[in-house]
Amino acid sequence: MNRFILPVAVFLGLAALLYIGVRHSPGKNDMPSALIGKPAPAFELPVLGETTRKFSTHEFAGKPWVLNVWGTWCVACREEHEDLMKIAAQKRVPIVGLSYKDDDAAATDWLNQLGNPYTVVAVDKEGRTAINFGVYGAPETFLIDAAGLVQYRLAGPMTPEIWQREFLSRIGGGGPR
Amino acid sequence: MFPEFGQFTLVLALLMAAAQAFFGLLGPHLGNHRYMGVVRPAVAGQFVLVSASIGVLIHAFVSFDFSVEYVANNSNSALPTFYRVAAMWGAHEGSLLLWGWILALWTLAVAGFSRNLPASFASRVMGVLGVVSFGFLLFMLCTSNPFSRLPAEMIPADGRDLNPVLQDPALAIHPPLLYMGYVGMSVAYAFACAAMLEGKLDQTWARWTRPWTTLAWCFLSVGIALGSWWAYYELGWGGYWFWDPVENASFMPWLVGTALIHSLAVTEKRGLFKSWTLLLAILAFSLSLLGTFLVRSGVLVSVHSFAADPSRGMFILGFLIVMIGGALGLYAWRAPLLKSQAGFEGTAREAFLLYNNIALVLAALVVLIGTLAPLVNDALGLKSISVGPGWFSRSFPYLAMILLALVAVGIHSAWKRGRLGEHTNRLWIGVGVALALGLAVVFVVFGAGKWQSTLGIVLGIWVIVSSLFDPIDRWRRKLTLSRAVIGMTLAHIALGVNVIAISTVESYTIERDVAVGLGESVTLGRYAYRFDKLEPMEGPNYDGVRAEITVLRDGQPVTVLHPEKRNYWVARATQTEAGIHSSPGGDLFVALGEDLGAGRWSLRAQVRPLIDYVWLAAGLMALGGALAASDRRYRSRQAAEGTTAATSTAQAT
Amino acid sequence: MMRSWKPAAHGAWLALLLAAGALAVDTTVLPDPKLQERYEALTHELRCMQCMNNNIADSPVGLASDLRRDVQEQLLAGKSDDEIRASMVRRYGNVILFTPPVKDPSSFWVWLLPALAALGGLLIGVRVVRQRARLVAQDDSPVDAEEPRR
Repeated sequence: MNRFILPVAVFLGLAALLYIGVRHSPGKNDMPSALIGKPAPAFELPVLGETTRKFSTHEFAGKPWVLNVWGTWCVACREEHEDLMKIAAQKRVPIVGLSYKDDDAAATDWLNQLGNPYTVVAVDKEGRTAINFGVYGAPETFLIDAAGLVQYRLAGPMTPEIWQREFLSRIGGGGPR
Repeated sequence: MFPEFGQFTLVLALLMAAAQAFFGLLGPHLGNHRYMGVVRPAVAGQFVLVSASIGVLIHAFVSFDFSVEYVANNSNSALPTFYRVAAMWGAHEGSLLLWGWILALWTLAVAGFSRNLPASFASRVMGVLGVVSFGFLLFMLCTSNPFSRLPAEMIPADGRDLNPVLQDPALAIHPPLLYMGYVGMSVAYAFACAAMLEGKLDQTWARWTRPWTTLAWCFLSVGIALGSWWAYYELGWGGYWFWDPVENASFMPWLVGTALIHSLAVTEKRGLFKSWTLLLAILAFSLSLLGTFLVRSGVLVSVHSFAADPSRGMFILGFLIVMIGGALGLYAWRAPLLKSQAGFEGTAREAFLLYNNIALVLAALVVLIGTLAPLVNDALGLKSISVGPGWFSRSFPYLAMILLALVAVGIHSAWKRGRLGEHTNRLWIGVGVALALGLAVVFVVFGAGKWQSTLGIVLGIWVIVSSLFDPIDRWRRKLTLSRAVIGMTLAHIALGVNVIAISTVESYTIERDVAVGLGESVTLGRYAYRFDKLEPMEGPNYDGVRAEITVLRDGQPVTVLHPEKRNYWVARATQTEAGIHSSPGGDLFVALGEDLGAGRWSLRAQVRPLIDYVWLAAGLMALGGALAASDRRYRSRQAAEGTTAATSTAQAT
Repeated sequence: MMRSWKPAAHGAWLALLLAAGALAVDTTVLPDPKLQERYEALTHELRCMQCMNNNIADSPVGLASDLRRDVQEQLLAGKSDDEIRASMVRRYGNVILFTPPVKDPSSFWVWLLPALAALGGLLIGVRVVRQRARLVAQDDSPVDAEEPRR
């Protein structure tokens, strides 16, 4: 009897494991950030288009806000832009853009042409701030709550459905702020 | 000829495989000889049909038929003919077709060389292989049809080109040889299932199964070595093994296959380890199916993965569960038959082969754990982790060291009673020479490196020396040296060489990543690499630059290397081609990095002592295996008729 | 809930273009050879999160060079290897380490299991040999009576 208990047990265990693996394989959008539940890294960066002003995360302390990492070089960012515009129009939470390793002139042109969903655009030329957020590509969007903790991170283009399901549900009720 | 014809022949092949399976398994069950007579023609028919299918696909490639989606994705009008043919197996669908063809080829070989086996047994073997063929053909037709056509409005003017990494001569040989090994494990599996179905598993069965299994193992050895060598010179990193999931997927069946061929030796010799042998045969095949699964399902991240598709993953998983579950069911049913009353002592040859097998299976388990661990954590909702070379290099080598020591000692051991006491002088000489030579090489020639390397070199030498005692002894006493003995000796020596080579490379490689300008040099130990020239060049479907790097040793020019950096226009990918000079002492390696501007380039330069022996040893191992498999007693008529155990043991090992 | 990390599709287009055949030659040289050694070791241990199974030393993508710069800066600032690893894990999770941390309960099993298996193998070997050795006395099956040794 015990001659085949071991092989069969190992076989069943492996089969179950692989089954779970394949079933959950296409989960591209639920990549958990290591920062979930932790304070969002504070930063102070220059603002796109304004040489004297700097944006600091302290400005939004006590309010929920969204950080969207993007670049003109990023194809998927172009895809999500329209949806971002629609979301911004709802005026639920401020969206801060993080211009990730991009050229200022190109970024400004882009926003002028396609519209600007951002309350303010912080410029991260060297990608240091992005690294602090655990960013590994663009676009990525973070939801930061009123207490300054990261509640959710989307890696990939935003869609209205994801906004509804993952972001709005965590922001909670209430009208525009 | 229309691509649809290729699909049509596949459908026919599927039906042929079904017939092969059905009659192959039902015939012996009913004792119906007419049914059994259908099997060999079905095998031949399946082979012809799958060959036709491959022919159609190759034709589509060679004739630039971009209406076939697979061709459009993997070929281009600028792609040289050689690669157009090889591109046939460059991606998922085509490589599956190659798999199916190689399976049909192995089955054809079994059909041809099994005439001296009892009809019902041979029939069952081919029947089981028919089931495997059926599964793969069904998989192809349902999820991975290489002949699917693009709608007329989507036919591109030109194809997307073959992945530049694959545009290399090794593409022509690595996958076919590797698949010969992978697929060959299904033959061992078929022999095991047939034995369980027959209800008879004896020493004769082991003798029939051995050459097939050994041959598959030889191909797998060569296939893996080619892959490693290819990665080394093609990927530009100068590395030869990354513990990447797909590499591991080929290594695990090899480890278990090695255990299997040794377990078969014990079963043949003494009728022992029958359960072990069966389980190992099932395990080797499972691991080879698992490899297929891992590469194509998207479950793991790898540099080698084909385009991932979960529905394909589900199919293969289902197939795996059916095949392995079925075999384990047979095993449970027949387990009572497998007991034997033979005995052996703790230092007997059987014991050492047992320890060896345990070590090999543990090694395969370690590789499996490391490969699947990220998946386990994700499935259980634990924190995501990565398992890379750092973990493998801290877990695997210990088992390898133990294995080597077991080989070096066990090789002197006699069957049943060990009688190692008669060979204490051999053991002492072996250890002595190994320590003396090994420590001399390490401390005098190279200088101290990692302790694992020193140990590896000493153990490798010990294995080589130990392997030589018996053949030399026989030769001196004018006894015949059978192919089996020579083959075994060669394979064990090769193992030693391989370990010595790996140990040397790991400690004594000199590597420098530097930025150089024209005329400047970089020093690596006694060598200097001088960046002499850089000129633009063009190829059939790429352009780029070619550098001239002169290598000097102790100030004297030794060779000139020509690394290239290529831009493939269509695939829009950049590829670096290393410049490598091989000599008996090792390799001199250089690869171009980036253009840093102002005439400066970044380079990776390496001095790689003895690295070629890593792969040459694998080739020698395969040669040894092939020699052993071709031993007279597997081929002679009288041996096949099932002579008694006593007579067969009177012949050479 | 099953979460899984896959190299970002959003970064993958870049990775695919470059990572397939190109390599990164990291020509960074730190002033102190000891620091250089640590730098090389660390960059080989950290995973490039945008690539298919590469470390940041060998990867050509932008994220890799940013992370290498980060490692370099931390080394020059006098941080220890553990502190540098911890900073990476804090931002990217354990998955950025190619060697799973021993002390973390979620990955301790990866180190433990092979050791347990080895122990199991040893016990099986001992048990089988004991059984068979007992049978040797009663076992008169012929084994090469004619051959001197084998």
